[in-house]
Parts: sequence; structure tokens; C-alpha cells
Amino acid sequence: MMNSSRADNHHWRKVKNVLASTTTFVSALLVIAPLALVFFHLLVNGASSVNWAFFTHLPKPVGEAGGGMVNAIVGSLELLALASIIGIPIGVLGGVYLAEYGPARVNWVLRFVADVLNGVPSITWGVVVYGLVVLRFKGFSAYAGGLALGLIMIPLILRTTEEVILLVPNGYREAALALGVARWKTIVHIVMKTASKGIITGILLALARVGGETAPLLFTAFGNRFWNHSLSQPIAALPLQIFTYAISPYDDWHRQAWAGALVLVTGIFCVNVIVRILTRQRTASVV
Amino acid sequence: MEIAIPPAVAPDDPRSVARAMAPPSRFGDKAFEWLTLTMAMAVVVLVILTGWQLWLGSSLAIQKFGFHFLTTSTWDPVAEQFGALPFIYGTLVSSLIALVIAVPLSIATAVYLTELAPLWIRQPLVSLIEMLAAIPSVILGLWGIFVMIPWLRDYPFPWLKRVFGWTPFFSGPIYGTSMLAGGIIIAIMILPIITSVSREILRSVPDLQREAAYALGATRWEVTRIAVLSYARKGLFGAVILGLGRALGETMAVTMVIGNTPQIAASLFKSGYTLASVIANEFTEATTDIYLEALFEIGLVLFGVTILVNLIAQLLLKTMTTTTSATRAVQ
Repeated sequence: MMNSSRADNHHWRKVKNVLASTTTFVSALLVIAPLALVFFHLLVNGASSVNWAFFTHLPKPVGEAGGGMVNAIVGSLELLALASIIGIPIGVLGGVYLAEYGPARVNWVLRFVADVLNGVPSITWGVVVYGLVVLRFKGFSAYAGGLALGLIMIPLILRTTEEVILLVPNGYREAALALGVARWKTIVHIVMKTASKGIITGILLALARVGGETAPLLFTAFGNRFWNHSLSQPIAALPLQIFTYAISPYDDWHRQAWAGALVLVTGIFCVNVIVRILTRQRTASVV
Repeated sequence: MEIAIPPAVAPDDPRSVARAMAPPSRFGDKAFEWLTLTMAMAVVVLVILTGWQLWLGSSLAIQKFGFHFLTTSTWDPVAEQFGALPFIYGTLVSSLIALVIAVPLSIATAVYLTELAPLWIRQPLVSLIEMLAAIPSVILGLWGIFVMIPWLRDYPFPWLKRVFGWTPFFSGPIYGTSMLAGGIIIAIMILPIITSVSREILRSVPDLQREAAYALGATRWEVTRIAVLSYARKGLFGAVILGLGRALGETMAVTMVIGNTPQIAASLFKSGYTLASVIANEFTEATTDIYLEALFEIGLVLFGVTILVNLIAQLLLKTMTTTTSATRAVQ
């Protein structure tokens, strides 16, 4: 009697264990299901429209089929370059301060603020840059768009740079200082150089992240159906173009939105794969 | 990371002694330290600048509407009447729907990844979840418009209406674009971050906890429940709050599927509007100063709320992990 109930109990516990494993496994499948579905539909709807014209032609006027998004692709790259000018120096050097100089308490505050900043909705930066730049200089511009993206990059790069610099073994620093090398030269030539792969990884991830941002560009870069001839003029960007085309009523534009989305996602995933290869090598060596 | 080792000196070499006596380029050191400090301070400046700019941009609206801005529901740009209540309602409801869907799924996934899954499957799954996090919002929105909405309209929504149609939440006509669709798309957006942060939290639970439970004869699931989940409760809560912060500010994907109608309706099949999406949609159309100011004020509300929510989340997380930067894992 006693024995059988104990056996029952044991059996029931085992069943619960299997149940838990199954439920959580199904949850994991459900979490990655959207990824598979989005990718599938991108390929089905977009692949046929990614052609030579897409990469070489400007958008056609409304109602005319065909055309491409070359201006948006180039525009996105220009915006990323502008964003890098702001985001990379501030992020990297700020991260260096956190890892090399900052007193513990200051670091705690700065890290905290950076993490909180990471959670601020990206559209906020659009509004802020609109007030700071667009209103002041009376017009949408590539500069404004680049600034908005650059601001988003700062906390991202700052945190990754700090982390990889902390991974550099102290012995490297001590060896350099022991040779009488100035501290700042030690940091630039030894520490940052050792961590350079990690720093680049962080920068690439930040670029991949802001490269897909639409909200901060809506009223800074604004978009443009033609070539941008001056950085103080509105400029096209791939995510913006996708958005405009997606909410339009034209079938041909929908088709191009899918193509643009496929190109954008492919670009972002390529960066992520590069990052993965870089980091795999990094864990293989020491840093 | 303080390094206070004096330069080593070969005692018989006068040049190196001299160099040790007068440390090289002290100016360079100071200048570099100040340079990096200035850059690090940028994050603080950014927060202040943002708050100040949003406040400045909305000062007229704040004066004119006062506290009523948050409690009235008329949004009529033509009559210059602006009340943000429908947007606040839409943001809260869509985020709540997202949390209801995303929290159980992501925490269960995190449990599976750290405790229950066979080892070989863990890394590939983690990579896939990181890829989901890398999909831009606008692309998820595109998918939402052309794939998810038609599917929801044809299958799950009619079913929900048949079964739960007697409640006010699932009544009325079905158009597809709706508060519920918005909530579902936000859920997809926040799944990866809650999963990754929860996973970091669970990984930070000491193995001693698990071993103790195993030693008592617990099964794998019992170990997870007794030793891991209860230990990590606070951190997991932090992960959820962090997800809430993202949900509140999610913009593009929601704008594309929620319908964008400023109304407060019980039925989740009806269109809604969120703080972020009204800015995205109407900012460039704001023709009058007061209209623009009202949108700035919405930006200020959104900024204030997300700062607060993220503050709470980070505090909860910081007590749990020693800043292994769980939040970064997904960005």
C-alpha cells in the first residue's frame, strides 16, 4: 500500500518532469517561429523582385512599374557613415574611460545611465533631433538623420567597448607601464589594440542595429525619391523607403517593399554572421 | 582596474633613471583622461539634453492644457483640442497584451535553454533568438500588414469571437488591424529581449543551488522550480519590466498594424493608437505650432515613462547580476 503510493508519486513526478520539458520546448519553438515565418515570406515575396534594376535604378513615379531603390541603399550607407562619425569616437572613448579610469561609483552611474538610455524608444531621438537641428536649420537633412542614428549608437558602443577592454589581461598593461610607456600610450597602443577585434564587433553590431531603424529618420532624414546632392538636404534611407512603400496602396510598391526588406535583412544578418566569426576567433585566443 | 606600478628602472642606466624621475608626458596622460571622461559624460548630457529639448518643445502645450492633457480624450487638431488619453490607453493596453503573450513564452524558453534542453541544441537556439532580435521593426511591420493581419482576420479572430464574443473584449466587427494585432506584434518584438535577459539571470544562479536540490532527489523540473526559479524571481521580474519598457516605446511595427484611431474601446478587435505611433504618423503633418507642441509633449510623456520603467528594470537586474550586461546581449 505504502509502496504503491510512493511508486505512484515517483511516477507522477517523472511525468511532470517530461511535461515541463515538453512545454518549455514548445515555447522555444513558438519564440523562433516568427523568425522562420518572416524569413520565409521575405524570400517568397521579395526574392523575385531583387534584380539588377533594384540595385541600379531610382524609384519610378507613382503608377509606373519598375524602378529600384539605389538611392535608398546609398542613402542608408551615407547616414550610417554620418552616424559613425558621432557614435564611434564618443562610444569608444567613453567605454575606455569606464574600463580604464573611472572610479567605481562614477562608473556605476555612467553604466546605469547608458543602460537606461538603451531603453529609450528610438523615436524619441527623432523628436529631439527635430527640435535641435531641423527646426533650427529650417529643414530636414542627412545631417539630422545621421545625428539621430549616432545618438542611438553611443550607449551601445560604450557598453561593448568597456566590456572587451576589461577582458584585456592586466599583465599587458603592467608590462607596458614597466617599460616606462606613458599610460595613455599603453591604453591606445596596447590595450585598445589588443581589444580591437572586440571593439570592432561592438561597432558592427551597433551599425546593424541602427541600419534598420526607421522611427528616428521619419522627421530628420525625411526620405527622398531622388538622389541626395547635399547632406543638408533630405535623404532616402532603405528602412524609410520600405515603410513608405508598405503603407502605400500600390501593388508594385508593395512588391518593392518586400524586395527592400529582403535586402535590408540580408545586410543585417551578414553583419551578424561576420560578428559571430570574429567573436569565435576571439574566444579561441585569449582576448 | 587601478594600476599603480611605477615604471621599472634598470638601476645602472642613467637615462632610464632620469625617465623614471620625470614621468613621461604627464600632459598627454591628463589630456587623454579628460578626453575619455568628456566622452563618457556624453550619456549623462544626452539624458539631460533630451529632457530639456522635449520640455522646451512642449512648453506652450503644457501651459495651455496643463494636467488635462493626460486625462482628456479629445484629439482634434482642427479645433486645436489635444488630449493624450487615447494614446496612453492604447500604449498601456497593447503593451499589456504583449506582456501576457510574451512573458510566459520567453521565460519558459529561457528555462528550457538554461535548465532542460540538451546541450547541443542550446547554442543554435540562442543564435536564432539573437537573429529574431536583429529583425528591424519596420520589416516585422511589413510582415504584419501582409501576412499576419490577413491570417488573424481569417482564423484566430473569428474563433475568438465565437468563443469569447459574449465578453466586451472580443465583440464587434473584425477588420484585422486592431489593438490585439498591435499587441501581438509587440509581443514578437519583445520576445528576444525578455528571453535573453531571463537566460542571463538563470545562468547567474549558482550551481550550488541546483546541486543541493539534486542531492535531495529532485527531478530536473523540481530543481528548476525549487532551486532556480525561486532564487531568480527578482531578476526575472526585472527582465519583464525591461520588456515592458521596450513594449511601451515600440513604434514602427505597431504603427503599421494597430489601425491608428484615437479611441478608447473595450473591444480588442477595434483600432487603437499609441504614444509612439501618433508621433510617427502625425509629426510631419503638424501644421500649427500648438499641434507640434502637443506631439512634443507626447514625446516627453513617452520619454519620462520609459526612463522610469527602465530605471526600475535596471535596478532589479543590477541587484541580481553583477553587470554582465544582460541587457546588451540582445542589442
